[in-house]
Amino acid sequence: MAALLTPNRILIAFLLGLAALPLFAAQFTVTIVNYIGLYALVALGLVLLTGIGGLTSFGQAAFVGLGAYATAYLTTRHGMSPWGTLIVGMVITTAVSLALGFITLRLSGHFLPLGTIAWGISLYFIFGNVQALGGHGGIDGIPPVELFGLELGSSRAFFYVIWVTLLAAIITTQNMLDSREGRAMRCLRAMTMTEAMGINTLRYRMVLFMIAAQFACVSGWLYAHLQRFVNPTPFSLGQGIEYLFMAVLGGASAVWGAVFGATAVSFLKEWLQDWLPKLLGATGNFEMVVFGLLTIIVLHRARDGMWPILMRFIPQRELTRTVEPALALPRRDVPECGSDVLQVLNVTKRFGGLVANNKMNLTVRAGEVMALIGPNGAGKSTLFNCISGVNPATEGEIRFMGQRIEHLGSRAIAKLGMSRSFQHVRLNQDMTVLENAAIGAHLRGRKNFVQSAWRLDREEERRLLWEAAHQLQRCGLGEHLFDTCGSLPLGKQRIVEIARALSSDPTLLLLDEPAAGLRHLEKRALADLLAKLRGEGMAILLVEHDMDFVMGLADRVLVMEFGEYLAEGLPQEIQTNPKVLEAYLGGMDE
Amino acid sequence: MDAAVALLLAQDGVTNGAIYALLSLALVLVFAVTRVIYIPQGEFVAYGALSMAAVNAGLLPPTMWLVVTLGLAVAIVDSVAAIREGAKARLPLIIIKNAVLPILAVIVVRYLPLKDLAYPVQVLIALGFVVPLGPQIYRLAFQPVAEASVLLLLIVAVAVHFVMVGMGLYFFGAEGGRIPPFTEGGVTLGPAYVQYQTIWIVGIAALLIAGLALFFEHSIYGKALRATAINRTGARLMGISADLAGKLCFTLSALVGAFSGILIAPITTIYYDTGFLIGLKGFVGAIIGGLASYPLAAAGAVLVGLLESYSSFYASAYKEVIVFTLIIPVLLYQSLTTKHIDDEEDH
Amino acid sequence: MKPVIMETSGLCVNYGRVEAIHKVDLRIREGEIVTVIGPNGAGKTTLLSALMGLLPARGEVKYQGQPTLGKMSVDALVAKGMVLVPEKRELFGSMSVADNLLLGAFARHRRGDRDHTKTMDEVFAIFPRLAERRKQEAGTLSGGERQMLAMGRALMAKPTLLMLDEPSLGLAPLIVKEILRIVVQLKGMGVSILLVEQNARAALQVADYGYVLENGSVAVENDAKALLHDPRVIESYLGLGGSHSVAA
Repeated sequence: MAALLTPNRILIAFLLGLAALPLFAAQFTVTIVNYIGLYALVALGLVLLTGIGGLTSFGQAAFVGLGAYATAYLTTRHGMSPWGTLIVGMVITTAVSLALGFITLRLSGHFLPLGTIAWGISLYFIFGNVQALGGHGGIDGIPPVELFGLELGSSRAFFYVIWVTLLAAIITTQNMLDSREGRAMRCLRAMTMTEAMGINTLRYRMVLFMIAAQFACVSGWLYAHLQRFVNPTPFSLGQGIEYLFMAVLGGASAVWGAVFGATAVSFLKEWLQDWLPKLLGATGNFEMVVFGLLTIIVLHRARDGMWPILMRFIPQRELTRTVEPALALPRRDVPECGSDVLQVLNVTKRFGGLVANNKMNLTVRAGEVMALIGPNGAGKSTLFNCISGVNPATEGEIRFMGQRIEHLGSRAIAKLGMSRSFQHVRLNQDMTVLENAAIGAHLRGRKNFVQSAWRLDREEERRLLWEAAHQLQRCGLGEHLFDTCGSLPLGKQRIVEIARALSSDPTLLLLDEPAAGLRHLEKRALADLLAKLRGEGMAILLVEHDMDFVMGLADRVLVMEFGEYLAEGLPQEIQTNPKVLEAYLGGMDE
Repeated sequence: MDAAVALLLAQDGVTNGAIYALLSLALVLVFAVTRVIYIPQGEFVAYGALSMAAVNAGLLPPTMWLVVTLGLAVAIVDSVAAIREGAKARLPLIIIKNAVLPILAVIVVRYLPLKDLAYPVQVLIALGFVVPLGPQIYRLAFQPVAEASVLLLLIVAVAVHFVMVGMGLYFFGAEGGRIPPFTEGGVTLGPAYVQYQTIWIVGIAALLIAGLALFFEHSIYGKALRATAINRTGARLMGISADLAGKLCFTLSALVGAFSGILIAPITTIYYDTGFLIGLKGFVGAIIGGLASYPLAAAGAVLVGLLESYSSFYASAYKEVIVFTLIIPVLLYQSLTTKHIDDEEDH
Repeated sequence: MKPVIMETSGLCVNYGRVEAIHKVDLRIREGEIVTVIGPNGAGKTTLLSALMGLLPARGEVKYQGQPTLGKMSVDALVAKGMVLVPEKRELFGSMSVADNLLLGAFARHRRGDRDHTKTMDEVFAIFPRLAERRKQEAGTLSGGERQMLAMGRALMAKPTLLMLDEPSLGLAPLIVKEILRIVVQLKGMGVSILLVEQNARAALQVADYGYVLENGSVAVENDAKALLHDPRVIESYLGLGGSHSVAA
């Protein structure tokens, strides 16, 4: 029995059933399924915004209204073609969403929902009060859509328009998420890491917000031509909240969660409105009460919504398990061996009254491994953050490849060819090892989200994945390419971080405790890899506590204590330096 | 517009602004301590006002059965937790506090001549059957997901809002409620006639705000709430449990909300669903304070009240639009001056 | 022999699928200083977090004879006199030194003990520097003062068992010395102490008993004085012993 239910067969059965539905179903059912399609399109935008980007909007209903009113007004008052008004609506939506995004998306997460509440309420009142838009009475007499001379007037005919649009949106969304751009979007919540990989997180938040708004706008356009009449009611804040509920209850982490959520919420509301008054024999907004209570219960039990639970009962599609060979990506010029790559001059970092780094100096040369060691709290990671721009220095000068970088952000520094790993692993635990490593290669691709949505990025995508796979193989993770990162032990996750950094083709590699949590043989393999990279002319700066590892690998060692320089020299010198011994083991001898 | 109208509008604006200020303080408090964007804050305004209207008319407080039901639910949930932790000794106190006490209160209130009681006693009774909903809601809806993301907490808050509005219609009906003012009449101050109720509202709001300030600055519980907002882990390690802090600030916010409703009900008709917009205007004030600063939030809320009042005179249809658009420049300013976004959801 | 105040057996802690602490058995007797030392990443902080109920753990932990895992919340443990001074200090940055200290007494206040002024004077007697800075915001203190405030705040709870996580972290030798002197002073006042340190020599010099944690398990345990001269301790830190010291 189970073999009958393959993912493909379920999908085909679903699509066939959907296609046949208008041919035999009652008018009432067709109407509901039409609405489900319209809702799901809006909810799909929220899946992108919320489940992928970690942002939230209560104002999607207002974008729906923008699309609906744009076409209602322009077709009835100015006789424009519905296809023309669709474009006008989308242009307006782009402008509004970019403006709203500019205002709220730099701020921390909770300002966007509040900002969109204000936007949702304001637009609703404007619809209701502008006479040209018909006030609360609305606009009627909207013409039907014509396609190839065919008038799509009936709701059964329009059914196909709605669902084809929705399926197209789902497919393009899935395409987009499975690309260089999509990987960046899926990592937006880990902002520090994403920026350090050279990804402009603000831009991607804007893009997600804009796409979500566009989906809503198109849904509004469809709505207007389905109903042939608009008034402000369906674009209220209340409806905006309902869209968000659909996405969250359905499961905001999966595109099909939107469809499932829209379906479940629509049927549930229909059912509650029918049955509750009969059951309770009293009038009241009981469907609101039950709906609210059910939501609370679902969210207590399933924080990721219902779709992931449903998926446990359905066989999962096998992932593609091969990486296609592709042309290698172009590489950066390697600086001459022994030339200075990084110079840190008198760098000081203060946190309030704490001096975490005091007048630190160091130089890293091409084809050299420099190790930074020191007891816990000596300020090594702080110095790393100053160098990579994650948390800039308070004073001092940092030169990378001859250029001053102490004033640059981590994104700009990444572009210059510096890449790093983090002491606390910063990977997307739900993405595969290969996808995580490919994040590092982000800057080596050019195709944008529109191109990836329409699969015009495949050649470049193959090259990026091939590069990521190559780096993973070098790091000894070849057999884990398609495992999710969360399933790897912590030590191996650290190696994924190194492969991710290598995928960016760096001139300088900063590694924060790369050997922590590794077994003996894994440590040896890592040391061999780093030695090989050094041989290729890469400059490597590492913080590490495992002394066997450091002393066997490093060309030079710099010791820090209390945020200050303690000693510098060859590994053997450091190992026998009494000051270092004391710094590590401490000393209370009088 | 002449000076008399201007003064009248200013009076209106300050009155409403005082209420918004109270609400925005409660909202900032709840958000800072529990990270909940507390959409149902406004419902407490409606519940407070309409319960008071009922008691004033000699009716039993309509929410009393809700308090009893939720009390029983809390008793069950807490008892189960206590048994699981092997702390059976706590059971009697849990049951008395959450189940027995509300039932006793219902019995007592049934035999009271509500209509003939003094006004302040009526206020206490109305509050007594609304304020407990605050901690009860925290225990049942928020405590189980206290560690979840801001987004999830926000959605739960909206769901609670739905439940409260739906129940509100059942309890109070669709007609609005009004209560007599604390003191009838008014006084002429210079060119303006000021109702006594306005003076009551502004005065009591100021007193409440001062009281809250004293509570946060000088009592150990107030300091504990501030500490939780500053450093959750640090507070936990001092034995300030997140549950206690959450319950405490939800109680305060329910009290502030319900009392605001009782203050405003003599001058505005309150309906079961009025609270939502009032609460949102409190939010506008809170946003002006960056969801962090109490004095800025209060000042922002008064600004909202004034803006609303004057725009209702000039462009009444666009009153709400103007008020809510106010947050755009504020957000823009914060957006241009902010440097860093917290990595809250970082893996 | 003095009675045991805290005891763990077979304690395990997982981060996701990774086991960070593996079958750790510890015992602390009343009025003793017990130290857990070990290199970075050995799991010392994880161990303390689990003992304090901040992380889910398996195995058994008994405090004053009662099992705590899954039975006692953080605030219940604090109320019973088990107090942790965390590695990150976790001070209330925008509140005054005095308010930080006062909140240390929160659990006692809830139980009805209201002698905060007296307790604070006792803390000021131990850390005179804090008395000078009582009005200052905690966020403006220097590293050493922060550690003193964190310890002072914990002392406000009148702990029976005080757990210190890396009190020497990032502090200059003179201040470390001062802090450890105070730890010994507290022992003299009858407080039992669990001292987690990377700074092995300093910790072993003040402790009665020591455990060396390596890769999440106890590698060596012994009287502190004996550990001080045990070559395995140096090996696990500096790797001078060659490759055999690396646990494969």
